[in-house]
Amino acid sequence: MKRLSLKGLMPIAGIIALALLLLVVAPSVLSTFRLNNLGKYCCYAIAAVGIGIAWGRGGMLVLGQGLFFGIGAYAMGMHLKLEAAGPEGVPDFMLNFGGGVLPAWWEPFRSGAFTIVAIVVVPAIVAALLGLAVFKRRIKGAYFAILSQALTVAFAALLVSQIKYTGGQTGLNSLTSFFGYNLYDPVNKKMIYSITATILVVMLLVAYQLYRSRFGELLVATRDAEERVRFLGYDPANIKVVAFVIAAIMASIGGAMFVPMAGLINPREVNALASIMLIAGVALGGRATLLGPAIGALAVGFGRTYLSESFPDQWTYFLGALFVVVILLIPNGLASLVPRIWRSLTTRQPAARKRVKTA
Amino acid sequence: MTTPDKLGLDYLEVQGLSVDFDGFKAVDGVDLTLLQGRVHFLIGPNGAGKTTLVDALTGLVKATGLAKYRNQDLLSLKSHQIVRAGVGRTFQTATVFEELTVLQNLDIAGGVHRKAWTMAFPRRKVPAYVSDALERVGLTDVRDRPAGVLAHGQKQWLEIGMLLVQDAKVMFLDETVAGMSAEEREETGELLKRIGEDRTIVVIEHDMDFVRTYADIVTVMHAGKVLTEGTVAEIQANEKVQEVYLGRTVEGAAHA
Repeated sequence: MKRLSLKGLMPIAGIIALALLLLVVAPSVLSTFRLNNLGKYCCYAIAAVGIGIAWGRGGMLVLGQGLFFGIGAYAMGMHLKLEAAGPEGVPDFMLNFGGGVLPAWWEPFRSGAFTIVAIVVVPAIVAALLGLAVFKRRIKGAYFAILSQALTVAFAALLVSQIKYTGGQTGLNSLTSFFGYNLYDPVNKKMIYSITATILVVMLLVAYQLYRSRFGELLVATRDAEERVRFLGYDPANIKVVAFVIAAIMASIGGAMFVPMAGLINPREVNALASIMLIAGVALGGRATLLGPAIGALAVGFGRTYLSESFPDQWTYFLGALFVVVILLIPNGLASLVPRIWRSLTTRQPAARKRVKTA
Repeated sequence: MTTPDKLGLDYLEVQGLSVDFDGFKAVDGVDLTLLQGRVHFLIGPNGAGKTTLVDALTGLVKATGLAKYRNQDLLSLKSHQIVRAGVGRTFQTATVFEELTVLQNLDIAGGVHRKAWTMAFPRRKVPAYVSDALERVGLTDVRDRPAGVLAHGQKQWLEIGMLLVQDAKVMFLDETVAGMSAEEREETGELLKRIGEDRTIVVIEHDMDFVRTYADIVTVMHAGKVLTEGTVAEIQANEKVQEVYLGRTVEGAAHA
């Protein structure tokens, strides 16, 4: 019982520390520009928390979360684009490439409330349908990873090809306001950052609750011994679908918040490479830990910016080398170092037997 | 769940069950009636089709024929639905969740008692059906240990405990006492007798001493077919059985 209570406090302490760092320290020390960048990394981190659930706990290698990040981002982008065009207005690219008439399926996105609902519901439906189709047929492992990646490639290609509806390669840009708040005003930028950071903290709390819950236990059990779970009277497919849907919603929310901060959205932000960057962050941070995925995503976001500023041509090699080193030396990610160091500092107890796989 | 759980009223009826592996009949037209309140044993030489029969009855392999339990044909259900219908099983190698504690292992098996939405919350206290099962299989003392560190016998008892938590009315136990010490075997046998009073217990077993001591009914399988069925005495007196099965283990059994 002692062990349980101590273990129970650690994740909460971690979430509080990260919340203070993001919501109190960062706004007071960072410039508006840097803070805005940090906000974008927070968006990746929100998606990463979901990947931690689906991949780290559920064992589903979700290589195509860009699809759901993109659904949220384009839903938000459409709303902001219509906001920029004004009431009754039509987005500029439609005047250039289309007939200048707003397609019927764009119309509801004029409503902010509809957009917010769509950001949650659309990815949930897509993920549920996809998940049911895939997991009920017992498709898993590499096949699932390839499938999810392929869907993202197709999605990005679709965005590029449907220039009349999506703005093509350029995407949705020249966004000026966010639910009535001017996007160029530093005060509003700070507010949007705070909303994003708060969402990240909330998502971590959701993940924390999930990991403690009976569902969380069952999810790990499904990851480690899917067939055994079947004989406990559960359909593993349903368990996986729920986790996949949660991950999709989180990715979509991350994508949605990314748009006001970047001021634009285009297919490059949601394609296969973007999806791999998300996964890479989760692997770096520690996929099965609570805070690892978020911290890893923040680190990758920061690393990309910092390295590309300092070494515009070689930065991808640095990043690649970092991954190789981490995967080889700390396969459970950076977050797994904390308890290890803590243990070696405090006690000399024999390390608890962890991660013993069931047959 | 609507059928009364009264003693002797519950049964599993198997008719003409066959399993075909690409032309090879692993199970060939098996008829069986498994009654509540008895400990059934399923014996037969290796490859007789015992495990395959259980696999078919628990949705692991496709089969033709009929397996009627409480007005449902088990052969048309998926594994998890069969479990929910009240039919559970263990495997030859114990497959408990080694990272989870004994208590967690039992708790995770209690899905039949819960509404889906309650899964979103952590466990607050030990449910009565879990503590009961813990008590019955005698693992109360080790409830907070990870299942991975349990002794072989304890793991098998934990699996039986999980079946109790699942509320399995029909239990298929695949070579549960294999590898157990004499003491553990005895405890297991007594446990089966106790829980078998209001359940249907079916044990696949090779250990003839164990069968002799605890079997109410023995079914002998050979080459995918039911050779004969009866009490231990009847089975031992049967010439066909001696020929195909006991004959080969007489030398082995003589040492015991």
